[in-house]
Amino acid sequence: MGLLDTILGRTKPAKADLDDLFALPGAAVTLEAGLGLKPTGTGSVCVKPAEGQGFAGLREQVDQLLAADNDKYTETKDAFGFSWITREGDAGDIQDLVGDLHTVNASLEDAGFGPALLCTLITFSDGGPPVGLVYLYKRGTWYPFVPTGKEQRDNSRELQLKATIGSDLKIEPDLSRWFPVWGAPGL
Amino acid sequence: MAPKSRFTADRGLVARMTFTMFLIGLLYVAVIAALIAYHVSIGFVLVIAAVLLFVQYYYSDKMALYGMGGRIVTPEEAPELHGIVDRLCALADMPKPKVAIADTDIPNAFATGRNPSNAVVCATTGIMRRLNAEELEGVLSHELSHVAHRDVAVMTFASFLGMVAGLITRFAFYSGMFGGGYGRRNDRDNNGAAMVAVIMLVSVLVYVISFLLTRALSRYRELSADRSGALLTGRPSALASALQKVTGDMSRIPTRDLRAAEPFNAFFFTPALANGFSISSLFSTHPSLEKRLEQLAKLSKQLGQPVA
Repeated sequence: MGLLDTILGRTKPAKADLDDLFALPGAAVTLEAGLGLKPTGTGSVCVKPAEGQGFAGLREQVDQLLAADNDKYTETKDAFGFSWITREGDAGDIQDLVGDLHTVNASLEDAGFGPALLCTLITFSDGGPPVGLVYLYKRGTWYPFVPTGKEQRDNSRELQLKATIGSDLKIEPDLSRWFPVWGAPGL
Repeated sequence: MAPKSRFTADRGLVARMTFTMFLIGLLYVAVIAALIAYHVSIGFVLVIAAVLLFVQYYYSDKMALYGMGGRIVTPEEAPELHGIVDRLCALADMPKPKVAIADTDIPNAFATGRNPSNAVVCATTGIMRRLNAEELEGVLSHELSHVAHRDVAVMTFASFLGMVAGLITRFAFYSGMFGGGYGRRNDRDNNGAAMVAVIMLVSVLVYVISFLLTRALSRYRELSADRSGALLTGRPSALASALQKVTGDMSRIPTRDLRAAEPFNAFFFTPALANGFSISSLFSTHPSLEKRLEQLAKLSKQLGQPVA
């Protein structure tokens, strides 16, 4: 925010940055080679649904989009009132997953709901409990999230993941922004 | 591609706020000009006021927390509250402030701190008990907007002159009282007494004008925070319903309880103190409920329009 916006008490909604999502397939290769983590095929987009007909109309559009894809998608609502649009598909094709998630993002942004996009979550697993990579739209950065039980996370594993994929993805440098997404789909 | 926004700017609000700030600036200029023209030296008072306000500004987070009995909580202690703040900060792309809870049944929330990296957002147990998750989120996004707009800094600056005038009034009052009390009678003292009376009159006048202007500015800042908060969550109606619940509850609580909750406003002598922007406790620094609801209804209507 500029000085003028501060003085006038205005907020410009933060723009969503969709581009770095496409860096994921490269990181997936590194993850599999380095830590044996494979994509589970589950990815989700988290969005803050606005009230009113504007968003409801958009939801119909997204529903149609999703239905056209043979119900690969489900929509769940979490305890914070955010919607998770989840795509569960072929675990092998991460490129396809990223493309699908981008379609959802782009249609939301085109309708003026870019500021409502919170994060995208893509899960990986090595046969054990899944780990997540979270993409923050407003920062255009990624961070790992490893839940280990009810509201507990494995920080050392997260830092290990960060070290592994640090050269493939833009990792969020500010650790205080690695906020947990407990109970997110696929985790 | 330019990002599309579903909200149109409120030029009227911006214009009114700019005009109020212009008047405050004008008052500063007028006072300084008068000081220079009449060779009045109030350096001592200026230093005291500057020190007081700086302390208040610099320690605003700790003082407001202490005043409200707030306690900073970890994510483990208050997962829901932290979860809401986490998500709002990620949506707005701002650093996460500290999160605190005040153990009082008065429904209230405030944000304070000199800049976004030193900010605290505090909710009382009363407000968390009364509001549902969506309404609480609306209230917290209003408070986070205060942080983003740096309202503590803006209001501290705006209320500086009022504080100076208030201090001078007090000094003049005491010196007049003691001067008269000892009953010394000569021409010089009579002159001095007249001078003290003039200083007192002028400073009372400056104080009143500054008081009214800062209150007006504070109300515009509140409307701006409502607006930005609703813009962030996309749910103006949730904030509206929270306001209705909180103000309805507030008005039923006896005055004495309210005063007990605001020791800092009694303690300091300035209007519209920058000690924290509570959502409901200082009615006069806040616009009327009707005005706030009206603005939120307008925003809700804008959201209701079909996708262009």
